Amino acid sequence: MLEHYLSLLIKSIFLENMALAFFLGMCTFLAVSKRLETAVGLGIAVIIVQTLTVPVNNLIYRYLLREGALSWLGLGQVDLTFLGLITYIGVIAAMVQILEMILDRFAPKLYHALGIFLPLITVNCVILAGSLFMVERNYTLGESVIFGFGSGTGWALAIMALAGIREKMKYSNVPAGLRGLGITFITAGLMAIAFMLFSGIQL
Amino acid sequence: MAKLKSYLTNPIISENPVVVQILGICSALAVTSKLETAIVMALAVTFVTAFANFAVSIIRDRVPNSIRIIVEMTVIASLVIIADQLIKAFAYNVSKQLSVYVGLIITNCIIMGRTEVFGLKNPPLPSFLDGMGNGLGYGLVLLTVATIRELFGSGKLLGWTILPAKTEGGWYVPNGLLLLPASAFFLIGLLLWGLRTWRPATGKD
Repeated sequence: MLEHYLSLLIKSIFLENMALAFFLGMCTFLAVSKRLETAVGLGIAVIIVQTLTVPVNNLIYRYLLREGALSWLGLGQVDLTFLGLITYIGVIAAMVQILEMILDRFAPKLYHALGIFLPLITVNCVILAGSLFMVERNYTLGESVIFGFGSGTGWALAIMALAGIREKMKYSNVPAGLRGLGITFITAGLMAIAFMLFSGIQL
Repeated sequence: MAKLKSYLTNPIISENPVVVQILGICSALAVTSKLETAIVMALAVTFVTAFANFAVSIIRDRVPNSIRIIVEMTVIASLVIIADQLIKAFAYNVSKQLSVYVGLIITNCIIMGRTEVFGLKNPPLPSFLDGMGNGLGYGLVLLTVATIRELFGSGKLLGWTILPAKTEGGWYVPNGLLLLPASAFFLIGLLLWGLRTWRPATGKD
């Protein structure tokens, strides 16, 4: 059992990296990776939100939306899966809002460090994709906690690595038209190829 | 009339959402290994941006500023559910290949961006055209990348053989790199380079 969870963790961090294998959260990935410091803040925020929302959406899917999930109300045949998308995004928006209030009250330092990134996470597709992958792969509650944490960590690692590279790249001589975002795309492409070396690993 | 037309045509090249405004990158990278999935995705996004912009524009005077984001989210999510159900009903195989990316149209920044920047401030008809133009601009980039990737990656277009592959008795040796998702990064990076050299005004970071 423990082995299964461990291999799921490694798989969601490296093999199925959200940023470099599935290309999710690219807008923020490219826009907020100019400085390492902000990338670290955003990365931590994504890990927290992802670890919370995937299990919550898992419970909602299991006990409210899935076909036959409402049998405890005597409504055995009702299938509400088509409401999935709108429910998940609502849960994500609510969770981000609650987390914001809790952090503001109990950890003001972290709250100020995260700043604008926390609300922006609502529209970061990594978070929604985490919930959608959870439904598509039919994870149990335990698996979804691990998957949420792992996929958030994988994305955070990727954006920190890219930010580190971009900080060093300031000193290199890039052709005029390619400067800025152009070279960032190419760098991210090379990083994605580097991450492919994990794909041969059997767990 | 000319102004109305410019709402539709401007976003296609000179204000292209993907390569000029750098929005909606995720799906542009992930669904472009085949032309078929790219076409379906482009249609779905065009449908959602056009109608989301239109709907938000209709209710723009009645929505308080403080809850506008959640209203926009609800409108967009409902439209995406419609698109998702239609794709599942009429193109089931494609919907399996697109997997979660149809649902992710909700968080596609092009749509949110257009409703915030344009739909909230303009009348319904220009908003509809603007949304459609942005969808088409997104589609143009998607189709360009997908054509290059499918043609040179597997020698086919929409499943028809164009360049007969060596493994099937032809002469073309397919470039496997183009089938890997990473190649989309290079293609969009090069596209960006080309565009910024051709029109330096589009470059801004």
